[in-house]
Amino acid sequence: MNEICNTAAIFRQGNTNCGGCGMSITLQMLRRAVGANPVHLVIPACCGAVAGGTFPQSTFGVPTIMSTFASAPAVASGLASVAALNGDPTRIIVLAGDGGTFDIGFATLSAAAERNEDILFICYDNEIYGNTGGQRSSATPQGAVTSNTLEGKLEQKKDILAVMAAHRIPYAASVSLAHADDTQKKFAHAVAQKGFRFLHILSPCPTGWKSEPALGLELVRLAVRSGLWPVYEIFDGKRYAVTIEPDFSDEALDLYLSLQRRFQKSGMTAADLRPAIERNWQSLRALSGRIIPGKREG
Amino acid sequence: MSTQLLSANHAAALSATLAARANRKGKGFVSGVYPITPSTECMEYLCNQKIEKGRVVRVESEHSAMGVCIGGSAAGARSFTATSSNGLAYMVENCIAAANLRLPIVMSVANRTLGPPWNIWADQGDALLLRDAGLIQFFCASNQEVFDTVLSAFRLAEEARVMMPVMVSMEGFILSHNVAPVEVPPQALVDDFLPLTDIPHRLESVPHTLGQMEQPHQTECHRFQHHTAMLGAPGVYDEIRRDFEILFGRALAGAIVPYRAEDADTLIVSMGTMGITAEAVVDALREAGARVGSLRVRLFRPLPVDAIAAVFAGKKRIAVLDRNIGLGLGGVLWSDIRALADPGAVVQNYLTGLGGGDVRPEHIAKIVSDITARQASGAPMLMEAV
Repeated sequence: MNEICNTAAIFRQGNTNCGGCGMSITLQMLRRAVGANPVHLVIPACCGAVAGGTFPQSTFGVPTIMSTFASAPAVASGLASVAALNGDPTRIIVLAGDGGTFDIGFATLSAAAERNEDILFICYDNEIYGNTGGQRSSATPQGAVTSNTLEGKLEQKKDILAVMAAHRIPYAASVSLAHADDTQKKFAHAVAQKGFRFLHILSPCPTGWKSEPALGLELVRLAVRSGLWPVYEIFDGKRYAVTIEPDFSDEALDLYLSLQRRFQKSGMTAADLRPAIERNWQSLRALSGRIIPGKREG
Repeated sequence: MSTQLLSANHAAALSATLAARANRKGKGFVSGVYPITPSTECMEYLCNQKIEKGRVVRVESEHSAMGVCIGGSAAGARSFTATSSNGLAYMVENCIAAANLRLPIVMSVANRTLGPPWNIWADQGDALLLRDAGLIQFFCASNQEVFDTVLSAFRLAEEARVMMPVMVSMEGFILSHNVAPVEVPPQALVDDFLPLTDIPHRLESVPHTLGQMEQPHQTECHRFQHHTAMLGAPGVYDEIRRDFEILFGRALAGAIVPYRAEDADTLIVSMGTMGITAEAVVDALREAGARVGSLRVRLFRPLPVDAIAAVFAGKKRIAVLDRNIGLGLGGVLWSDIRALADPGAVVQNYLTGLGGGDVRPEHIAKIVSDITARQASGAPMLMEAV
C-alpha cells in the first residue's frame, strides 16, 4: 500500500463531493486496483452523477456514461456486450448508491446478476438518499433519523449481500474503507474476475450521518470492530470467508452511534443493536464454516 | 431479391437482423428485448437469428431493454429493440435518455392501446407518448413498408447529420400479425446500403462523460441542435430514398404519401393502415364523380409541415382521421396539422378506430359524406368503428 500510484486518476480534483465522502475514497482506492486496465464507468442518478460536474468538463478520468436511476446494470450489460463481441479488454464498472442498488435499481441489478453479465457493480452505501437531501432507503439502519423518518427509521437494513449471494454470482464482498489492504485485495480480485461481481462499501456520509467529515474512516473502523459491519466475501454464492475479524466491542459500538447525530433522536445504544449483531454473526460463522476466525486465503 | 411471406413483426425483425449482420465488420450489434403483445413475435424472431458479432440480451423489463440498447449504442454498436403499449410506456424514461444522448437506436413499435383497462388492440397513443421526445417517428401501412422503413431507419438514425433514435410504428395485429409477401434484399445489398455504424461520441479510451449535468444555456443549445438535426432529417431521408431505389430497384415510401390528391376538393388525412383503406374509398368515390383524395402521413416527427401544407393548398375540406386521442384536445395528428390548411377550409377531426376498432371502407365513406355536408369545422368527433 505504500507505493505511489502512477496511473491516471479515475476521480480527479475539482469534484463537487462533500469533504469526507466515502465515494471519493472508494474511487481513489479503486484507481490502484484498476491500474492500467481500460475502464468504462456507468453511473446512475446519485451523488456520483453530480460529482462529475457540468458539461463539458468532467472530474471522471475515464470514459463515463450517466444512466437513468434504475438502469445502470442494463446500460453496463450493453457496454460489456460490445466489449466482449470486439475482444476489447475494457472493464465495465457500475458505481451506484444504495438507492440505485437496494431500491429503484434493484430489479435491474438482480436481472444483470442472474444473467452473470461481465460487470463489476460497486455500491457505495451511505445508508441514505444523499443526492435528494437525505431520505430513508432500504439500506438505512434502524434508528437512524432521515429527512422523512424524523423519529428514526423503524425497519432494519436490507441484507443486500445475502440477496446477491443468492444469485450465486462469482464474487460478492463487503468492504471496509478503513482496512486498505483488504480493500485493495478485494478491488483487485473484483476487477480481474469475469462475470458479475458485487462490492458493498460502507460509505461515510458526513452530511447525512451528521458526523465530522474527518471521522469517516474512524466510524467505518468502529462499525467493523463492533461487528455491526461484517467484512467478508462470498465466492459463487456458497464459499464464505470473513476477512476482517471484529472484537465485538460494545464500547466501539456505542462510540459509533454517539459520533453520529442521526442516532441521537432514537437513542439507539449498543445494547439495542447487540442481539441482531449476534444473530447475524452466528449465521455468518455457520456459512463461513469457521468457528475459529482465520486469515483470508490467497 | 427474394419474396418471403412475413408478418410485420417478422419483417421488422428480419430487417433488423440484416442490418445487424451488416455491421459485423464494425462494432457489431447489441439489442435488449422484452416480450409484450402484440410485438412479442418481433423479439422472438430476432432471438432465433444467428448474428455474427451480435448479442440479443433477454432482459427483465422494457426499461432495461432500452437500457441495454443505450449501453450498446454508447459503446458504438448498432442497436434495435421492439415493444408495444405499456411496454413502451415503461420504456419512456430510457427512450428520452437515448434521444438526449443522441444514440441512433432503432425501435419497432406495434401500436396497442395503453391500459389498464387492458386492451391489446391497435391504438397509436403508445407511440405518441413520445411525440416530443426527440425520436424520429414513422407510421407504416404495410408489411413491406415496415421492412423497408426499419432498414432505412438504421441509415437515417446513424447518419452523422441526424444521429438520434428512430421509432417505426405498425398497428398491432392489423400489421403485426398479418402475413403478406415482403421483398427481402440479399445481405450483400444490405451491406452496400448500410455503412458501418460510426457513433462519434461513443465511449472509447479518451475520458469524456456522456449525459452529465448541464447548465440551462447548455441544455438550450443541445435541445436546439437536436431540434435542428430533426428538421434536417426529411432531407436526409430523401437522399436515402434515392440510394434505396438505385440499390434495391424499387421505391421507398416517402415522408408523406398523397393519393389522387392533386385535383381533389376533399382530402382524407391519416396515419398507418387507415390510409390504405382511405385510398380504396377514394377510388370508389372517384368512380361516383366525387373529387376526393387521400394523404397518409408516414413521417410524424419531424413533421414535414411544408410538404403537408403544399398538399393542403387549395383544399376546401380536410378530414383528419386519428386512431388516437390527445385527451382534453382531440386527435394528435389533427391538432398538429390543422393550422396548415388554407384559411377558411373546413378541417374536421374524426376520432376513429380508438382502442383498435376496425375502420372499414363504409366508416370512411361516412366520414366523407359528413365533411361534404359541413360548412364549418366543429369539435373533434367520435366516429365509432366497431
